Amino acid sequence: MLVTQQQEVRVMLEALADKYGRDRSSLMPILQEVQKRRGRVGAFTMQELADMLGIHPAEVYGVVSFYSFLDSHQKGKFVIRLCQTISCDMAGKSDVARQLENDLGIKFGETTVDGNFTLEWASCLGMCDQGPALLVNDRVFTSVTPEQVNDILGECRRTFGANALQMRKEELV
Amino acid sequence: MIHSTKGTLTFASVEPDAGLKKALAKTSGELIDLISASGMKGRGGAGFPTGFKWELAAAAEGEDKYVVCNADEGEPGTFKDRVILTDFPDLVFAGMTIAGYAIGAEKGILYLRGEYAYLQPMLDEVLTKRRGAGLLGRAAGGKDGFDFDIEIRMGSGAYVCGEETALIESLEGHRGEPRNRPPFPVDTGYLGQATIVQNVETMAWVSCILEKGADWWKSTGTERSTGLKLFSVSGDCDAPGVYEWPLGITVAQLLKEVGGEDAKAVQVGGASGNCVPAVDFGRKIAFEDVSTGGSVIIFGRQRDMLAVAKSFMEFFVEESCGQCTPCREGNAKLLEGIEMLEEGACSSAYLRELVKLGETMQIASKCGLGQSSPNAFLSIVANFREEIVGRGALSA
Repeated sequence: MLVTQQQEVRVMLEALADKYGRDRSSLMPILQEVQKRRGRVGAFTMQELADMLGIHPAEVYGVVSFYSFLDSHQKGKFVIRLCQTISCDMAGKSDVARQLENDLGIKFGETTVDGNFTLEWASCLGMCDQGPALLVNDRVFTSVTPEQVNDILGECRRTFGANALQMRKEELV
Repeated sequence: MIHSTKGTLTFASVEPDAGLKKALAKTSGELIDLISASGMKGRGGAGFPTGFKWELAAAAEGEDKYVVCNADEGEPGTFKDRVILTDFPDLVFAGMTIAGYAIGAEKGILYLRGEYAYLQPMLDEVLTKRRGAGLLGRAAGGKDGFDFDIEIRMGSGAYVCGEETALIESLEGHRGEPRNRPPFPVDTGYLGQATIVQNVETMAWVSCILEKGADWWKSTGTERSTGLKLFSVSGDCDAPGVYEWPLGITVAQLLKEVGGEDAKAVQVGGASGNCVPAVDFGRKIAFEDVSTGGSVIIFGRQRDMLAVAKSFMEFFVEESCGQCTPCREGNAKLLEGIEMLEEGACSSAYLRELVKLGETMQIASKCGLGQSSPNAFLSIVANFREEIVGRGALSA
């Protein structure tokens, strides 16, 4: 790991701690922001953050591993979460799921080799009257049909320009 | 067809801050008495009397008190809070401010589920506007000596954080594992201080009750379940969506309104609620009969009830926090049992064991999640037994 990257993480965490505070109750907002910016919360980040908040790193790991929207491993630039709960199930989520797997060439729980897409199941997204529903990062899509899957993925791919997303493919930190 | 309700809900006809103005003209004691007199019970599903909760928190010792609004709407089939937050955010924030004044809190926290992150920028903007208008901050609402502000905190995709003590754990930066109760949050809540945790809908109705009066609220509903309720209706019907009805409406009436008369069963109360079969459609939806946080999922004639039970059990296996054994192991065992039923490989004796296990979980689990997770399975076994046993025999 490059020293400069470690330094970069420290600077980021310092700024976040200044913003949210250095109490234990600041842990979630800081982790959420790290997740948003870097796509994951790595081991080095957890260690540094634990030191800053004066808690054991295992405590930070415990929190990161508990919540399904916090990840210690790198996920794709676009995390697609398809609702698997009953109403979306009855509205035909299985067909949408099959088409997502077909178009991306991966199964649920996997990330494409180019690091662009991760496919996951989600519990109820609160869109039960407009199912099947899925989230692409923070964006919600409703009444999704298998035919629309290609359009949704296409829209994600169009943002892949050189400067569109600054996230690195391989997060080292 | 999506049922659009924005203009027809009571919330649309209420001036968002009229209730707050009336509240601040009263003493906190008068305010709590008024809410108690209305008979308001929490709209999240548990049905705890709101006025009594405020009374306990107001009487609790300690300088710092907190109003937490639970917007971690994760119960399968529930989406009314999303609609309320999208269309009537001022009503919710006004309700939180009223609650803060009643119990003597200076800080409110809206705990918004991670799945609704797209609502956050809009809600932050509403809060900024309210601060600009003097409705939050020092002397909130123009009331000298009443300082109150609201902060939004995000969840990160854990259903169990809708349980109030798990939510508080999450706010404090811990895993969302429920606490033992007592002590209750009303005296030992966020950071060990007196805290009231209230559903989004409860906060919006509080604003309305202040504006329209306790008698208006009591004029609808039943004696023990006063007032109106929002319902999230999904599944096999003509017009899914958000509806407003008085509590006490029967399942049959509800089905008629949404065009779902053909249903063979209705899940009331989400995954942790009960599956009501057609013979019981005369039952009332109210705290004293079939209780609900507002989730109504309709199953048509063609639905396989075992598949329904399986979907719910998969949900609980995924969402159990894993802290206590009955819930962590019990849900996994029930799911395994459902898979055996699917294959036609479950003996009647083992099915009896599964039912006993479910009943044990209802008693022995630590929090509401584990106590209610077997409900759907148990009611489906009880009411649709002929449909779920003896499978696979024909195709074998």
